[in-house]
Amino acid sequence: MKPFMSTTVAAIALLAATGLGRAEGQLNIYNWGNYTNPEVIKKFEDKYQVKVTVTDYDSNETALAKARQGGSGFDIVVPSQTHLPIWINEGLLLETNPGGMENFKNVAAEWADPSFDPGRKYSVPWAWGTVGVVVDTGVYKGDINTWKVIFETPEELKGKVNVVPEMKDVVTAAVRYVGGEQCTTDKDVLKKARDLLVAAKPNWIAMEYGAVDKMKAGDFKASSTWNGAGLRIRLERPDVQFGYPKEGFTYWSDNVVVLKDAANVENAKLFQNFIMDPEIAAGLSAFHRYANGVAGSEKFMPDDMKDAPEIVIPEASKAHGTMSLMCSPEADALYTRIWTDLQK
Amino acid sequence: MATAAEIEKQTEAREIRNRWFLSAPALIIILLAASGPLLIVLLYSFLTPGPYGDVQWTFSTEGWVSVFLERDIFDDTLSFASAHLTIFWRSLKLALMATAATLIFGFPTAYFIATRPERTRDIWLFLITIPFWTNLLIRTFAVLQVIRNEGIINTALINLGITDQPIQMLYTDFAIMVGMVYVYLPLMVLPLYASMEKLDFRLVEAGYDLYATRWQVLKRIIFPMVRPGVIAGSILVFIPAIGAYVTPSVLGGGKNMMFANLIELQFGQGRNWPLGAALSITVMAIVMVALLVYVRNTSGSEARHG
Repeated sequence: MKPFMSTTVAAIALLAATGLGRAEGQLNIYNWGNYTNPEVIKKFEDKYQVKVTVTDYDSNETALAKARQGGSGFDIVVPSQTHLPIWINEGLLLETNPGGMENFKNVAAEWADPSFDPGRKYSVPWAWGTVGVVVDTGVYKGDINTWKVIFETPEELKGKVNVVPEMKDVVTAAVRYVGGEQCTTDKDVLKKARDLLVAAKPNWIAMEYGAVDKMKAGDFKASSTWNGAGLRIRLERPDVQFGYPKEGFTYWSDNVVVLKDAANVENAKLFQNFIMDPEIAAGLSAFHRYANGVAGSEKFMPDDMKDAPEIVIPEASKAHGTMSLMCSPEADALYTRIWTDLQK
Repeated sequence: MATAAEIEKQTEAREIRNRWFLSAPALIIILLAASGPLLIVLLYSFLTPGPYGDVQWTFSTEGWVSVFLERDIFDDTLSFASAHLTIFWRSLKLALMATAATLIFGFPTAYFIATRPERTRDIWLFLITIPFWTNLLIRTFAVLQVIRNEGIINTALINLGITDQPIQMLYTDFAIMVGMVYVYLPLMVLPLYASMEKLDFRLVEAGYDLYATRWQVLKRIIFPMVRPGVIAGSILVFIPAIGAYVTPSVLGGGKNMMFANLIELQFGQGRNWPLGAALSITVMAIVMVALLVYVRNTSGSEARHG
């Protein structure tokens, strides 16, 4: 019995010790994979003497499902703008009021009061970007600022097009292309969108996430994708250009929030404030390859991003973009059915 | 005074009690770890989808209805859910083909190993199991590297001047089959080997002595005797193959859903957990019934040979 007792005591002592340690100098970040610059984390650790742990997730649904269960052990999550209102409405987040933090003055005017978090009561910008198309202009010489590349594929690109299987993005693009608005429940529009998608699919070679790698290698000659992916591809294959579809491309934005059941609230707040520093925000961008929403970060950006057309949206295209929103459950169900029809 | 029969009865009762007691840990594991999660899946299939994922605790059969019937989203008519059937048929066909292909390649492999001298058999078996040490995803990406347009095969063919354009192998059904066979082959070879190892090769010799042709020996002697291995191998390949998910997506390009993708969609972007749960139970039930029929039929003929 004795050895057992002492083991238990030791285990309890160890638990207590780590429990204390958590409260003092730790921060647990739950973020998308391949998204967090380790150098920035190192800077934060050194400045505040905090041990940071980063855990990956692969979708908003995964992150939300985990946080809803409670007791996740994470302090910080980085949901997209589509899902952020759900997190707020379900009471999963701590109102840290970043709007009142020291570095908030740096946040760019257009990101200071977004519709998904009015007054920035919960969230701090991490990255924002667009969803458009990439095209190998060595293969196709026509206009690339259009979804036509995907939905009415020109002869040169037939059988060489990939579509990144993000249901919301793809169906929305098709809805826009036939003249509807995102999240529509108008059956006429949706029927046109479905027919467009089903007719377009034979011209595609794949529907997968590996667009960066396959575009670089030349397996794909065009793909729907995110702007940061477009930048990564162009840096290795200069012929590949990112297009902003004139029928309507979408903006997205991922934001740093603190969970209500966070154990390290003070460190999490420090982190929120920390990443609104222009130089730090530029450090994040240098890794994830997207814009960050912090004004003044431009001058700290890597040279290959400063004037990159994927990051700095051309004036002519700006008007064609809309922020991607969460759809109603009804619209969601219709989108899912179209998606099933497309992939059956 | 207790009679001998009574004592015996008591001992027997105690023994039975002890047996239950000793098997309790196993029973608890089976009940909690295996049936428990399944019961949760079953329960969820009768709930209402939450607005943004998860479930609401309101009873509903909508999930089950939409497994089999679909309301046309455009004219509201109710019809048979042909999309689900198409997708299920694709997964089933793939699983059957993968089972047949692994059997075709696995049978000679296992035979080869079983007929080696005892000392070298372990080495061959070892070689078969090596791929198992690596994660499924990595093995699949390895196949991808071999067959892609800039991959090993196409580069070699172009350099040798056999073709000047890369042959499109990636994102075809051929690619999926190559991947499936590569990934599941050990699951077929190992049980086949286990029953071939027990095969008495003197019977094969006897067959030849009695002027049986090679085909007759294979068909009438070897095959009936290794039938348990064929059954076990087929089941081991078929079950994971029908839920195959990674291999078809990576090598097939993900344009066409597998049944597992359909289920995943409901728990992910589709946010319809009850439908996902009902689809999972459906595929499990179908596989279970199919296996029961298969095992019952095949083991019956096995007994005749025994």
